[in-house]
Formats: sequence, structure tokens, C-alpha cells
Amino acid sequence: MSVRSVLTEYLEGAVRTATPLALAAVGELVAERAGVINIGLEGAIIAGAFGAVVGAGIAGVGGGMLLGVLAGLALGLVFALLVVRWRADQIITGTAITLLALGITGTLYRTLYGESGVALSLPTTAPVAIPGLSAIPVLGRALFVQPWPTYVLYVLVPLVTWVLTRTHAGLAIRAVGERPQAASAAGIDARRVQWWSTLFGGAMGGAAGATLVLAQTGTFVEGMSAGRGFIAIAIVVLGRWHPVGAALAALLFGAASALQFVAQAMGWRVPYQLFLAIPYVVTLLVLATASSRAGAPAALGRAELEER
Amino acid sequence: MTPARRAGIACVAAIGGVGALALLLAVFGYSPADGLLAFWRGSVGTSYALWSATLVRAIPLSLAGLGVALAIRGGRLNVGAEGQLLAGATAGALVAQLLGAVEGGTATGGGMSAALTTPIVLIAGALAGAAWASVAAWLRERFGVLEVISTIMLNFIAVHLVGALVRGVLQEPTRVYPQSATLAAAARLPVLVPTTRLHAGALLAITLAALLWWTLRYTALGFRVRVVGESAAAAASAGGIDVARVAVMSFAVSGALAGLAGAVEYAGVTYALYENLSPGYGYTAIAVALLARLNPLWVIASGVLFGALQAGGAAMQRDAGVPATLVQMIEAILIIAIVLVDRASRRRAAEAGT
Repeated sequence: MSVRSVLTEYLEGAVRTATPLALAAVGELVAERAGVINIGLEGAIIAGAFGAVVGAGIAGVGGGMLLGVLAGLALGLVFALLVVRWRADQIITGTAITLLALGITGTLYRTLYGESGVALSLPTTAPVAIPGLSAIPVLGRALFVQPWPTYVLYVLVPLVTWVLTRTHAGLAIRAVGERPQAASAAGIDARRVQWWSTLFGGAMGGAAGATLVLAQTGTFVEGMSAGRGFIAIAIVVLGRWHPVGAALAALLFGAASALQFVAQAMGWRVPYQLFLAIPYVVTLLVLATASSRAGAPAALGRAELEER
Repeated sequence: MTPARRAGIACVAAIGGVGALALLLAVFGYSPADGLLAFWRGSVGTSYALWSATLVRAIPLSLAGLGVALAIRGGRLNVGAEGQLLAGATAGALVAQLLGAVEGGTATGGGMSAALTTPIVLIAGALAGAAWASVAAWLRERFGVLEVISTIMLNFIAVHLVGALVRGVLQEPTRVYPQSATLAAAARLPVLVPTTRLHAGALLAITLAALLWWTLRYTALGFRVRVVGESAAAAASAGGIDVARVAVMSFAVSGALAGLAGAVEYAGVTYALYENLSPGYGYTAIAVALLARLNPLWVIASGVLFGALQAGGAAMQRDAGVPATLVQMIEAILIIAIVLVDRASRRRAAEAGT
């Protein structure tokens, strides 16, 4: 294979792998800007993936995306009930939500699709070429010949940026994440802001899981979220809690994960397990170099809205 | 909290767990009667189930649970017990291979005596677990990286590393299966009760639980760990305690306990290293520690309870066709219930105080 075609394929793979990560990260980012760190994002992703499988079986790709988003939303709802309504510890609750989602999806999968888990095969969405832009050498194929969820992201990133920085809703979100007491004093309903932000995060996690199934794998495997929720949380840190930053950080992770395609294409004799480990190693390195707390919302992860 | 009250909570948890199990069985369309019967027979209903399934599973759960409890006491959530456990099992397999204490090995009986090999395997496991946890502890102290994220990443790295090793340098001699060579019979942990699978790891778990309980309760070191966990700011300003040092140390020891769990599982149950050596013991250990209210002695009881839950879950899958993942849901629900109960009692205490 020529170097150019390997490079093209590599960049395409990088963007494809980055898409669900970026979707999840943008959702998590909004929740975190409102002071809620949702470790249960991993659970929302696996729930979204499973919802997509069921939905796609009923009503094709559109149905898959819808049910995936709803599944993520449902988990976001449970998480919000526990930490926003009842102010339970965010970290432990999030961990439990992830365990719960892994358990529910595993049980449902085996119940609906058989004991051994028949290898499902679903239609995936074909890449859509954007006329004109896709003709740009190398980068054109990578950025503009992708399944449609990638294009949703291109719209969503500027949109969320605009909402966060230029609207009343965005101001309320940021105020609650920085100084909840001051926000309340200014007449903002802090709980309500946290509710909506957390629900948005859950829905985006569901969308990420659905994208994973509908645009990449075309099948469901138990535990297929494989830590992507946690990686997305790291992406938020690396992106400094900004949507554009998060999208770029997700791309970096996509590029690291896609290295395995290059290895296959070039026929390198390195155990593929080592390539599978790359995204996780990169996450650690990135978190260490991004010196985490800089840029974090001041009230992030705090259980109580009022200081005691 | 009085012992009677604790025992009461444990009973409520057990009954609630069984109730939740029956409910979930019904919700997912399985017969609750068949499921519960299989669960009973597979967990505590027969002496084989009790001694060879439930208690055997309770050993790694208790050891890793002790680790998680210690970390939380020191103010850190260790979600990485799974990876530390794998690191421990890997180090154990590596050391056994190097010492020739594997089947078809060179030095069995000739070089080092088995009496020495087993402790070396276990110590290597504990050290590897500590080292694996220290990465996360160091990232936290040096760079402020949330240990929840870093330890999860380390879990995945550990699985893939084991995957590469058992297809590489640690692969068994015939080079067919993705697992390590089998540990020589002489180097295995001895069986405690004849005709069962209960091995000496149980004694180790109980001894360490007692030791940890005593250390936390009666020594200056344990006091420092508790103070740091309660309020790091107060520990530094009023107590003059080096918070970072205490936190890193308790996290490393936490990892050592999880690593030991892995080495014990290798030397007492599986006798070989492979990727699926642990059915998520490290994650269940979080529930074990929380249900025990972070008290090392209660971790043993909690470990037995979750051992029964896992053994019963496996039996339900085998005999009643119920997915074992159902048990994972119960664990998650239990954790959430504990967190909510904690929250309510803290709120009551705060209201009583003001």
C-alpha cells in the first residue's frame, strides 16, 4: 500500500474513532461546567450502544439513534436524581451507575439475544461525502467522508460554545459550576440548571454509544464501551472544559487509537494487545501533562450546593 | 455504631439483596422460584457450594475489599483494584516461571523448595499491586489527576498487558493457549479443609483484616490515615501531618492488598495466568468495602456475602439459564442504597448538630 493511502485511511480512522469520544465529551463538559462530574458517563455510553442495537432492529438507523439517546438520558435521569436531587457523593454514585448499566445491558443482551450472545450484525450508516470539501487532498476524505454523526458534531461544537459563552442559559450553567451560592443569590435555580446539564450529558453519552454501534462496529459486545466514558472525562480536562478544545482533544485520542490500523496495514509484528492499550496510556500521559485542575469549574464534584 | 446495629444492617442488606434478586428475576422474565433455588444451592445451600464456591470467592473479594476500604479511609477511592489484582497475578506467574516452579519447569524440587516459592510468589504479587497503584497515587499527588480516571485506565492497560504476555514470554510451553504455564503442585497454596477447594488464602485474608483493623484503630500510623481521610486540611494545619505522604502510602498499601488478592487467586485457584482470571473481583471489592462501612473486620463478612452472591449468580446461569450479569446489577443497587443511607444519616447528624 502506498504511504498516501495508508495516511488517508489512518486519518479517516482517527476521525471515525474520535467522533463518539467527542460527542460524549461535549455532553460531559456541559454537566461539569454546572459542577456535576458524571463518572457514570461510561454507563450512559454502554446503555446508548445497547439501545441503538434494539432500536436499529425495530426501526433502522434512525430508530437506533433515538433509542440510544433515550437510554443514555434514562441513566442521566437516575444519576441526576441521586446527585442533584439527593446530593449523594458524585464519584461513588457515578461508579455504581456504570456498574448498573453494564449489568443491565449484559442481562438484557443475553435475555433478548440468547445465552451465548449470538454475534449480531446490524447495518451501519454509510459515510456521506460532502460535495466539494471531500475533494481536498488527504484531509478531505478524513473530515468530509464520514457517517453523519460526525457532521452532527461539526454543528454541535460551535452551538454548545455559543450557548455556554453567549446566552443566559450558558451564564447560568457557568455560574452554578463556579459559585453555586452566588448563583442562587442572583435568582438562578441551581438545582434546575444541574438537572438539565446532567440530562444533556446523559443523552450525549447515549448518542456516543449509539454512534459507536451504528457508525463503527455494527454489533454489540458486552462491555464494548471499554472505558470510553472515562477517556471522554479525560478529554474534557485536556480540552480545558471548552467544546472546541474537547473536540481537538478527542481527535488526538482518535489518532492514538487509530494507530492499530496503521500497524495492520503495514504488517508490523507487534502484539496487537499493545496497540489496544495505547488510548489508555495516552490518557494517563495527557492527564499528567494537562495538570488537571487548571481551568476546572471551582465547584466541580462538590456534593452540596451550599457551603457548610 | 454498635455491633448489634451493624449486624442488623448486614441482615437488612442480605434480605434486601435477595428481595431485589427475586424482583429482578421477575422483571427480566425468569422464574424467581427457579432462579432463587439455583442461587441457594449454588451459594450456601450445600456444603460443597459453601466451602468450594462461596468461601473460595470470598478470599480475593475480602483481600481486595480490605485494600479499597483502606484507600477510602485515607480519602481516596481506588477503582483500580481490578488492575492491581491482575498486576499481582502477573508478577506471581512471572516469579514462578523464573524460579522454575511451573509444570515442566527446570528447578522444581531441585533448586528452591516449594515452602519458599509460595511466599515469594505472594510477596511479588503484593509488590506489583503496590507499584501499579503507586502510579495512580503519584499522578494524583504530583499532577492532581483524579485517581478514579487513572486507576480505570490502569485496569485496561493491565488487561491488555496480560493479553500480550500470555501470548508472548509467559505463554505455556505448547504455545497453543493464551495462558501461562501451570503452577507446580508443590508451590500451590495448600487446601485448608480436605475434599474442598478452600485454600490457605482464607487465613491470610483473616489475619490481614485483623492486622489492618488493629493498625487503623490503635496505632499512630492508623490515626494519621483516618485523619487525612476525614479532613485533609485539618490534618495538615492542626495535625502537622504530611498529607501527601500518608495518602500515597495508604493508596500503595491498598494496591498491595489487591495485588496479593491476585497472587493468591493464582496460587490457590487458577494456577495459571490468563486475561479473564478475575470475574471483576476488583470492582465488586468496592461494594464489599462500602457494605462493611470500611471496617476491616466487617470486610471479611461482607466478602463472604458477596462471595455467596457471585457463586449463586454463577449457579443461576449454569442451572436456571439466568445471566450472571444480574448479580452485577444487585451490587450496583446495593452501593447506591448504602450511599443514600449514609447521606441520610449524615444529614440527620448535621441537623442535630445545628
